[in-house]
Amino acid sequence: MKNSTVNDKIDKEVKDARRVTKNSHFFEIWNRMKRDKNCVISLTFIGLLFFVAIFANFLIDESLVTTQNVAERIQGPSSAHWFGTDLYGRDIFARVVYGSRISLSIGILTTIFATAIGSFLGAVAAYFGGKIDNIITRVSDIFIAIPEQLMAMVVVAAVGATPISVMVALGVVVIPNRCRLVRSTVLGIVDTEYVEAARACGMSDISIIIKEVMPNTLGPIIVVSTQGVASLILTVSSLSYLGVGIQPPTPEWGAIIFEAREFLRIAPYMCLLPGAVIALTALAFNLVGDGLRDALDPRLKD
Amino acid sequence: MIKYIVKRSLALIPILIGVIFLIFTIMEFAPGDPVVKILGIEATSEAKEQLTIQLGLDKSFWERFASYLYNIVIKFDFGISWRTKNPVFEDILPRIPVSMALASLGIIFATIVGIPLGILSAVKQYSLSDNILRVVSTTMVAIPAFLLAMLLILLFSSKLGWLPSGGIESLKSYILPVLTSGGRYGCTVLRITRSTMLEEIRQDYVRTAKSKGVPNKIITYKHALKNALLPVITTIGQNFGAILGGSVIAENVFSIPGIGSLVVLSIRSKDTPTIIACVVLIALFFAIIMLIVDLLYAFIDPRIKAKYVKVS
Repeated sequence: MKNSTVNDKIDKEVKDARRVTKNSHFFEIWNRMKRDKNCVISLTFIGLLFFVAIFANFLIDESLVTTQNVAERIQGPSSAHWFGTDLYGRDIFARVVYGSRISLSIGILTTIFATAIGSFLGAVAAYFGGKIDNIITRVSDIFIAIPEQLMAMVVVAAVGATPISVMVALGVVVIPNRCRLVRSTVLGIVDTEYVEAARACGMSDISIIIKEVMPNTLGPIIVVSTQGVASLILTVSSLSYLGVGIQPPTPEWGAIIFEAREFLRIAPYMCLLPGAVIALTALAFNLVGDGLRDALDPRLKD
Repeated sequence: MIKYIVKRSLALIPILIGVIFLIFTIMEFAPGDPVVKILGIEATSEAKEQLTIQLGLDKSFWERFASYLYNIVIKFDFGISWRTKNPVFEDILPRIPVSMALASLGIIFATIVGIPLGILSAVKQYSLSDNILRVVSTTMVAIPAFLLAMLLILLFSSKLGWLPSGGIESLKSYILPVLTSGGRYGCTVLRITRSTMLEEIRQDYVRTAKSKGVPNKIITYKHALKNALLPVITTIGQNFGAILGGSVIAENVFSIPGIGSLVVLSIRSKDTPTIIACVVLIALFFAIIMLIVDLLYAFIDPRIKAKYVKVS
C-alpha cells in the first residue's frame, strides 16, 4: 500500500517534470520568436487574414462579390470601394476578401496533407533503407525532374481546374520535395541510440517511425512548410493568372488579376492591389518561417 | 573522372523515361475524345474510326506508351499536334532557342547579381547595405512573377517608354523578361550566398587564418568564398527548375514565342501531344543542367574528385 503511494508520487513527479520541460521548451522557442519583430508583425498579419477569411460573411455582404453594377465599372479606389471596381462594376475588395478563403485554404490544406504524406514516405524510405528506399527515391527523383509549376499545370490540365483538383496538383508537386527533405533528415537519426533503444524495447517499426523518428524531424519540416505555404499561394495565383488554374468568376486572387490584366495600363489598381495582397501574404509566411527557423535553432541565426 | 561522368549521364536515362511515362499517364486522365477534338463533332463515323486506328487509340495503354516511347527515341517524333495538325516537333523547334536564350540570360543575370551582392551582404553584416539588400531580396521572393512583370511594364514601358512590353524584335525586348525570371531567382541566390558565407566566416579555419594575421580580403575571397561556392552552385542548379517555371510566366506576360507560352496555349486548347512533348523537353533541359552542375561540383570539390581518381 505504502509502496504504491510512493510509486504514484514518483510517477506524478516525473509527469510534472516532463510537462515542465515540454512547456519550457515550447516557451523558450516562443520567447525567441517574440524577440523577432518581423515575425511578430507577420504573425499578426496572418492572424488578421485568417480572421477576415473565416468571418468574411459577417464583415462584408457576400452578394457584393457577384453583384454587377455597370454604372460603377472600372472606378479607382474610393471610400465606398476600397480597392475600386472591376470591369463589371464588382467591388474588388469584397472579391479579395472572399478570395482569401480559397487561397488560404488551398495553401494550408495542401501543405498539411502533402507534408504528412511526404514526410511519412521520406521517413519510411530512410528508416528501412534498401529496396524500399530505392523505389521511393527513384520515383520522387522522376517527379522532381519536372519543374514544379509545369507539373502543377499539367496535372490541372488533366484533372480539371476546380479548387480541389488544384490542391491535388500542388500536392503532387509538394509530396516528393517533403519526402526528400525528411529522408535526408531521418538518415541522420536512424543510427542514434534512442532509436536503437526503442527497437530493443520491442517497439514496432511503424510506431518507432511515428513516435520516435518523426517528432525529431519536426523542426525543419515546420520551417519548410511555413515557407511552403507562401510558395503555394504564389503558385496557385500564377496558375490562375495564366488561365490554367482556378477559372473566373471564382474570386481567387490570381483569377481576379487574370480578369483585369487587359486593363493594366488604363486601371493598374485592378491588378496591383490584389497583387499586393498576394505578395504581403507570401511575405508574411516567409518571415514567420525565417523567425521559426531562428527560434528553433539559434545557431543558424545570421 | 570519365567513369563518374559516364555514370551520371547514364543515370539520366531511367529518369527521363520515367518522366515520359509519368506525363503520358497523367494526360491519360485528360477528359475528351481526341478523335472528336481533331475532326470536330460533325465528322463521319468512318473518318473517326480511321483516325482511331491511325492514332492507335484502339490499342491498350501499354502498347500505345511503348510505341510513343519508340517514336521519340528512334525518330524524335512526338506525334501530331491536335491544335495545328503539324508534327509537334516542328511546332516546338523554332521556340527552343528563344526559351533557351531567355533561361540562360536569366541564370547569368541571377548569378552575376546574386553572388557578389550576397558576399557584400555577408561581409558587411548588419550594415546599411546589408539591411537594404535583405529587405529587397525578402520582398522580391514574395512578389509573384506576374506582378513583377506588370510593375516592370508599367514603369519601363508605359511610364518611361524605354523598353518594349512584348515580342522579341530586338535585344532590348529581352531585358524585361530576363528581369522578371532572373530577378526573383537572383534574390534566392543572394540569400543563399549570404547565409553560406556567414556560416563559413564563423568556421574555425577562418578564425585560425585571422589569428595568423591573414588580411581580411584574402580570408573572404580565398578561404571562405571557395567553400561557400559549393552549396551556392548546387542551389543555382536545383533552382533552375524555378527559372524555367518563371520563364513560363515571363513568356506569357511579354508574349514571347517560347516553349513556355506554347505549354499554356496547348493546355488551354487541350492539345495533349504538344503538352507532353513540351514537358519532356523542359525536363530534359533541366536534367542536363543538373548533370552539368553535378560535374562542375565534382570538378570543384576535391573530396568527390579524390573518390573517383582513387577508384580508376
